[in-house]
Amino acid sequence: MAETAYWEAIRRAHDEEMANDPMVIAMGEDIGVAGGTYKATLGLYDKYGPERVIDTPISENSYTGIGIGASMVGMRPIIEIMSINFALLALDTLINAAAKIRYMSGGRVQCPIVMRTPGGTAHQLAAQHSARLARMFMSTSGLRVVTPRGPLDAYGMLKSAVRCNDPVIIIEHEQMYNLKEDIPEEEFFRPLEGAEIVREGTDITLIGYNYSVHLCLEAARRLEADGIDAEVIDLRALKPLDRETIRKSVEKTHRVLVAEEDEAPVGVGSEIIATVNEECFYALDAQPVRIHAADVPVPYNARLEKAAIPSADDVYEGALKVMGRI
Amino acid sequence: MNDADKKRLLREMIFYRRFEDRTFEAYMERKIGGFLHLYSGQEAVATGVLEKARLGRGTDNDYVITGYRDHIHAIKTGAPPREVMAELFGKETGSSRGRGGSMHIFDPSVNFMGGYALVGQPFPLAAGLALGCKHRGTDQIAICFLGDGANNQGTFHETMNMAKVWNLPVLFVCENNQYAIGTRIERTTAVVDQYKRVCAYDMEASQHDGMDIDIVMEAAEKAIDFVRSGKGPYFIEFMTYRFRGHSMSDSKGYRTKEEEAEWEKRDPIKIYSRRLIEAGIVTPEDIKAMEREIDDEIENDIVKFAEESPEPRVEDLDKYVLDDNPDPRWIGPLQQ
Repeated sequence: MAETAYWEAIRRAHDEEMANDPMVIAMGEDIGVAGGTYKATLGLYDKYGPERVIDTPISENSYTGIGIGASMVGMRPIIEIMSINFALLALDTLINAAAKIRYMSGGRVQCPIVMRTPGGTAHQLAAQHSARLARMFMSTSGLRVVTPRGPLDAYGMLKSAVRCNDPVIIIEHEQMYNLKEDIPEEEFFRPLEGAEIVREGTDITLIGYNYSVHLCLEAARRLEADGIDAEVIDLRALKPLDRETIRKSVEKTHRVLVAEEDEAPVGVGSEIIATVNEECFYALDAQPVRIHAADVPVPYNARLEKAAIPSADDVYEGALKVMGRI
Repeated sequence: MNDADKKRLLREMIFYRRFEDRTFEAYMERKIGGFLHLYSGQEAVATGVLEKARLGRGTDNDYVITGYRDHIHAIKTGAPPREVMAELFGKETGSSRGRGGSMHIFDPSVNFMGGYALVGQPFPLAAGLALGCKHRGTDQIAICFLGDGANNQGTFHETMNMAKVWNLPVLFVCENNQYAIGTRIERTTAVVDQYKRVCAYDMEASQHDGMDIDIVMEAAEKAIDFVRSGKGPYFIEFMTYRFRGHSMSDSKGYRTKEEEAEWEKRDPIKIYSRRLIEAGIVTPEDIKAMEREIDDEIENDIVKFAEESPEPRVEDLDKYVLDDNPDPRWIGPLQQ
């Protein structure tokens, strides 16, 4: 095992997959000579050259489209979008093309691209650098959407995404790139489907993905001090969604809370609560609670920003509410 | 080019016209649904350019991609006309298994990489196909056909820039029919000569008559040689005209009858027929016989195949959304 930061895990996955298959290339702004905004491709330009670690102009829609076109003829591009906000510029090629080409060609053409992008708030980056948008990708047919919460999945899911034949969106998080975890030194893969129970418990199910899993874990530690045994689920994959793991957990705990950094209307939480209603409505002993961002563009002012984004306190208090303690 | 090939080219263009006319009838009979954009009038462009491309060799073909007016580009690239017609009829035997329809014909077996409905979207996809060719070290090229209207999308500028910076083997064919749906080019576009626009990216470009297939072939051959020899992208513009509306719902109220009559005098099939008759390669009777033979083939083989083919099964509704046979090592599910 080796202690590895989130960004180092991503870099290692790039390196191994590029060494393994000459058809794997990386594309994005500042990823080559500059080494990448998040160091995800640090040193790879020198190792693999400008033809495989491609510095693109600031033209998100078209360089994503070029990656998609290349993937249609056997390439395996890993496309970095510097911030998920900029991914909005690439939605035409991503959603109108990559997500639909397999279907509208009757399964005859595939687009095995990987798009990596951080989606989440950092510190006072203001509205145009703080979008989350997981809910938008989650609602698009023809995509896979995964949300690694730590280095283990960041490494193992990127490797699987490169080899998978579908377009995969990997939503990372600005505040997690320096998160460290021990991961095996030998090569491994983590599957692109399946939620994970990251803490077993019997009293309430706390469901998160990406950064909000850490809020759930922090809340669970505090609930333990109150004598409440929380189970924490990391969804890992938002699309396709692992309904079975959610159902089994809620049938055990009878109580559920969903924490997301996205805004609430038509958010990930809405889908999870609907899933609970469809799968195991009669198992519920209490009203479910959603913890989510305020329905506002993310403000610059630190105090306002803090108020807009959910915290571990919010998850903790939400859980007490589900438990009938407040 | 020998006389037999010239005769074949004339037959191909007549076939394309008759094919599109027949789809019009099938649309009126409600056997074809959705949107239908016909290529009539522009035949010399796709026929002439693709005559000079490397086709008919399967996976080693050049790659071809285009917009939604795609039936004829697909057929000339090598997609069987039966399968294209079956696609329009929404059948399981169609080029895209009935899932794509008129605007989304795909046939990767001959490297026809699709028709796309988002105007300008094929620009970057084409550059990506070319990036793939370059990366694999083959001498294949990508050929992208789009209309003049597409050049006002951001993807045009973004892609021209990257294609040039990365020296990609891609030929952009601009079929300038002078109308973006129903709006004449001067009303929306600062520079009317489209080939001039790529000088901003220092790209080789030229403009030609798109109604005369001999001119198209001569220009296309030079452009294709340029791209295939590794000199980078090329933008070639052909001046042309569509004889029908933008799509079936179009009353053509934005064009004058006089203008249409002027362009119809320059019908690419008439121009080429006259030339071959004058050269003694065909007679008017030969052409009549050709037309009868084509109509018979379209009716009794192509349309019959489309009519008699089965529709997709409702049970297969969610087939092809994602890889239907994924490798569990990458997909899972996760073992707890």
